[in-house]
Amino acid sequence: MVEKIRAWWGGWPLGQLAFLLAVGALGALFIANVLETMARIGILPGFGFLSSSANFEIGESPIAFRAGDTYRRAILAGLLNTLKVSLLGCVLATILGVAVGIAGLSRNLLLSRLVRWFIEITRNTPLLLQLFFWMALAKALPAPRQASALFGSVFLTNRGVYIPSLSLEGGPFGLAAALVLTGLASLAFILVLRAAGRLTRRSGTFAVMLALAAPLAFLVLSGARPAAELPALSGFNIRGGLNLSPEFAALLTGLVVKFAALIAEIVRAGIQSVGTGQWEAARALGLHDGQIIRLVVLPQALRVITPLTTSSYLDLTKDSSLAVAIGFPDLVSIVNTTANTTGQSLEALIILIGAFLTINLALSVLMNVYNNRVALRGSRR
Amino acid sequence: MTAGPPRLLPALRAGLFGTRANTLITLATLLVLSQVVPPLLRWAVLDATFSGNAGACTREGACWAFVAAKLRFILFAFYPPDLQWRPVLVMLLLGAILAASAVPRLWGRPLILAWPLTILACWLLLQGAFTATPIPSNQWGGLPVTLFVWALCLAAATPIAILLALARRSTLGGLRTFSVLYIELMRGTPMVAILYVAMLILPMALPDGLSIDKMLRAIVMVTLFWAAYIAEVIRAGLQAIPHGQAEAATALGLGYWRTQRLVILPQALRIVIPGLVNLAIGFLLATSLLAVIGIFDLLNAARAAAADPQWLGFYNEAYIVVAVIYFAICFGASRYSRWLERRLAGGGAGPAPAGGTSATSRKE
Repeated sequence: MVEKIRAWWGGWPLGQLAFLLAVGALGALFIANVLETMARIGILPGFGFLSSSANFEIGESPIAFRAGDTYRRAILAGLLNTLKVSLLGCVLATILGVAVGIAGLSRNLLLSRLVRWFIEITRNTPLLLQLFFWMALAKALPAPRQASALFGSVFLTNRGVYIPSLSLEGGPFGLAAALVLTGLASLAFILVLRAAGRLTRRSGTFAVMLALAAPLAFLVLSGARPAAELPALSGFNIRGGLNLSPEFAALLTGLVVKFAALIAEIVRAGIQSVGTGQWEAARALGLHDGQIIRLVVLPQALRVITPLTTSSYLDLTKDSSLAVAIGFPDLVSIVNTTANTTGQSLEALIILIGAFLTINLALSVLMNVYNNRVALRGSRR
Repeated sequence: MTAGPPRLLPALRAGLFGTRANTLITLATLLVLSQVVPPLLRWAVLDATFSGNAGACTREGACWAFVAAKLRFILFAFYPPDLQWRPVLVMLLLGAILAASAVPRLWGRPLILAWPLTILACWLLLQGAFTATPIPSNQWGGLPVTLFVWALCLAAATPIAILLALARRSTLGGLRTFSVLYIELMRGTPMVAILYVAMLILPMALPDGLSIDKMLRAIVMVTLFWAAYIAEVIRAGLQAIPHGQAEAATALGLGYWRTQRLVILPQALRIVIPGLVNLAIGFLLATSLLAVIGIFDLLNAARAAAADPQWLGFYNEAYIVVAVIYFAICFGASRYSRWLERRLAGGGAGPAPAGGTSATSRKE
């Protein structure tokens, strides 16, 4: 044991110890100074302020929040907003990014040139500038009364974007839980079979069919009907559907556009990393283009794409913090307001940094699990 | 690309209408373009106002008269106009040192010494040294501030990053752990949060008598933040150097520091230079976040220009000007990075790290 620690610690023990002690002393000095300053301006250090009531409104939040609720709930609302925009951003940026990346590889000169310019412009201007631009655009949209519908039911207005919403009518509450359960069950089924090495096309198809059929059966049996609610103009405003605030719409658009361009580059680099010889060899074996992409190119390209996309997701999550500059109430914005109203800046920033470290760590663990699945068998560590 | 006019046309025809699918794609793209381009053109050129005052501008078209009137403010913000030659000189100095750094033949000791001297000169110039009244940093603004903060933070972060990367690769467990924790902490935190630490915590953490201004606090924290990102790029370069190099140096009787300085680092840094250029481009874009804590960098100055009561609301025009400036700098730099990558790969500078320097790894 002692040997192990000594080997880990390595040489130059006194020097290292002195360095670490110096860093620790500097940190202690800073903290002592902060506490002293807090005492001087009459602020009690600690997280007790979380239970006192916050006297500000939050523009939008997945959970109900009114002025007078606790700071804890305010920060939770901010965290949920951050998670919402990051998650949606990652999904949409991936879809758009893959599409743009493939379009950029197209042999069509016009399309690939356009994609090139889109990527260069997006990559070479600051994200904050793009967010300001989207925000200015969102504010310049027509008022609800003048707005015309896109595809019949999407309204772009200066009060936000209205899109159709989906809901279940008349169904028992247990339905949603049942749907989730069957989905998880068939996922578990596939994973177990796969781990046992017994996953065949037949059992896999069976599990997928089961996952699809179960909710349908529930729908028929319980009498619940999914209902789409379309937004429509009534009076001076648009009612019904789902309203995305201008801030949320601008932030989401900005993040998705910027990161789609980055992901498109990653996809292009990944696909181009597979040598042309692979294509030729696969063609010689008589595979057609779809098969080549699915069986030969994609598995190899994913090895390049996955780690790079992971860091894009992490960056997107961190960059969602720019919300504070355009007034979307994300975690950063609410923590900042909290720090300003309570004076508990140290605690507020500890919460902020802790939350982002946790999200980043969780996301990178998740993506590393996936990366290990696509990585070369020999290069697993 | 090098095809002359005679071969251009067939290539164009094949590229646009080669197959039936290709023709369809071309037509669909043209259809989309026909919806987007004419209104944009009408706004930017046909309906635009090019001179006169705010009253002459219509809301239908762009107001380029605004840009003409406000360009000085966008570029220099609140810097005293009669001393404007100072920020202009700062931009020239920074441009000169960047241009010199871009030439591989000049890489060497004189350049390393020239960097701190240039930055010091810029600092003195901006501060208004040798004038009757010094110019406080809250009057600095615009493009010189963006470039200056960027260059200063980059120059200060690089030596820290080299030490962090060496510590992370060393056999000394204590230092290694410190380095890993530091790098992961910084890389897991958004830059906005780091700027808030500079704004809110740093003033409280400093001893009573000592207070430093907002600009300097931001520079300190941003330097510490960027060092973590640069350290990771340098680590990739260190990993690419075969172990035999260090062993050979040790066999020749070189100690640890001389081995690193004379053998390992020159090779490692040369490999990662394209990666560092990409990172630097990302950092230049990231300096725009200084707007969040109220520093009048280029972007914030443009926003303030559009908030002028006499020229209220020409945000789009202001943002376009800023976008063009950023684009010109960053696009040029990324072209340079491509060129450098090819040159270094051809120049026998050692193996390029796999995937490490691809154009995709860029941080903002």
